[in-house]
Amino acid sequence: MKKIKLPLEPENLESGDEVLFSGVVYTARDQAHRRLADALRCGRKLPFSLKGQIIYYCGPNPAPKGKIIGSCGPTTSSRMDDFTPALLKAGLKGMIGKGSRSREVIRAVKKYRAVYFLTYAGCGALLSKYIKRKKLVAYPELGPEAIYRLEVKDFPLIVAVDSKGRNIYG
Amino acid sequence: MKTIRAEKIKNTVAQLCAKANFDLRKDVFAALRRVYAAEKNKKARAILAAIIKNARAAKTEKLAICQDTGLPCVFVELGQDARILGDLKAAIQNGIKEGYKKARLRDSVVQDPLKRGKSSYVPGLIHIDVVKGNKLKITLLPKGFGCENKTRLKMFKPTTSLEAVRKFIIEAIKNAGPDACPPFVVGVGIGGTADYACLLAKKALLAPLNSTTAKLSRELSKEANRLNIGPMGLGGRATVLAVNILTYPTHIAGLPVAVNISCHATRSASAVL
Repeated sequence: MKKIKLPLEPENLESGDEVLFSGVVYTARDQAHRRLADALRCGRKLPFSLKGQIIYYCGPNPAPKGKIIGSCGPTTSSRMDDFTPALLKAGLKGMIGKGSRSREVIRAVKKYRAVYFLTYAGCGALLSKYIKRKKLVAYPELGPEAIYRLEVKDFPLIVAVDSKGRNIYG
Repeated sequence: MKTIRAEKIKNTVAQLCAKANFDLRKDVFAALRRVYAAEKNKKARAILAAIIKNARAAKTEKLAICQDTGLPCVFVELGQDARILGDLKAAIQNGIKEGYKKARLRDSVVQDPLKRGKSSYVPGLIHIDVVKGNKLKITLLPKGFGCENKTRLKMFKPTTSLEAVRKFIIEAIKNAGPDACPPFVVGVGIGGTADYACLLAKKALLAPLNSTTAKLSRELSKEANRLNIGPMGLGGRATVLAVNILTYPTHIAGLPVAVNISCHATRSASAVL
């Protein structure tokens, strides 16, 4: 299977491709998205630079003793749809989640030459094995919705929406 | 009269939290293996293999099957001849708190649905039924919200055809699409009132899969599995593991139908005291 890393080369990824990603992703879900989008709108500094980065829609479980992280699969991407175009405009290159996206998101993925990936939904225990490091980046008060920087190795992904706007869900 | 101490209830609930979240229900696991064996679509097979591998890893390594450890829904059947020594509801809530914390499960409950704010382990939702006998049965269903968000309710006219009801159920499955983690367990509640139909639909998830030989359940399963939604919505036969239906008498003027979608990680665990 094709292996990829940062910087992402969206032009080399096609909807339907299965790839293994190694590198850094940032977790962010509903409340973190609201805050990031608010910060962008008000011109405030973001807790991390979105430029060229990947956001993973995930709220992990706390790490059991001796483990790096608990169960950490993808959450439903469409809940982030309203915030996504602004994040893509600010330089976000990739997103990992589950399920389909809105027309506006697909248009923005194409416009900003980004990519939307799927990963195995409901397989958080299995996916935790691909995570090698975890570091809290922002919003600890949000608990499981805080932003974490994860280093992953050979994380399994499926390209759902590619930089030409082709969508696996048709 | 049998006496059951609140402390014992708390400890039991705490154990159920770990069991339900780590150890996939046997009937759900068996159904996953069955649909994997029958699946021909290559992508669907790979995803189902990952789902099965995930369930095994969760059990052996004591990791949550899904990171969404759900909103803890607790169904209590309290025998009318049993006497609880202490506070039953507090014991259940404390059991959830203790169980989730100890098992390192995610706290996914916000106190204020509008203001949101910091999440915590409780409150779980408690449904209490008084039944005959002197036993206390507790069932914990950690309900993930990716699928709960796809719940549908419709108040049909009493003269509605069965065909229209079937269409509504199939549409609810279609609407849950790739987002709610197919293959689904579909709970259907028909009858009662609006709220009661929703409760029946939720309770239907607890019935052993395919235990019901009702014609309607079988036909709906077949029809849903022709939708080509498949695991992660990427196509395939495996769209539902089962359609479980519960019915109840209703009013002459109505026909409430509720559909509760549950993901492939449909988790629950029970204990009898």
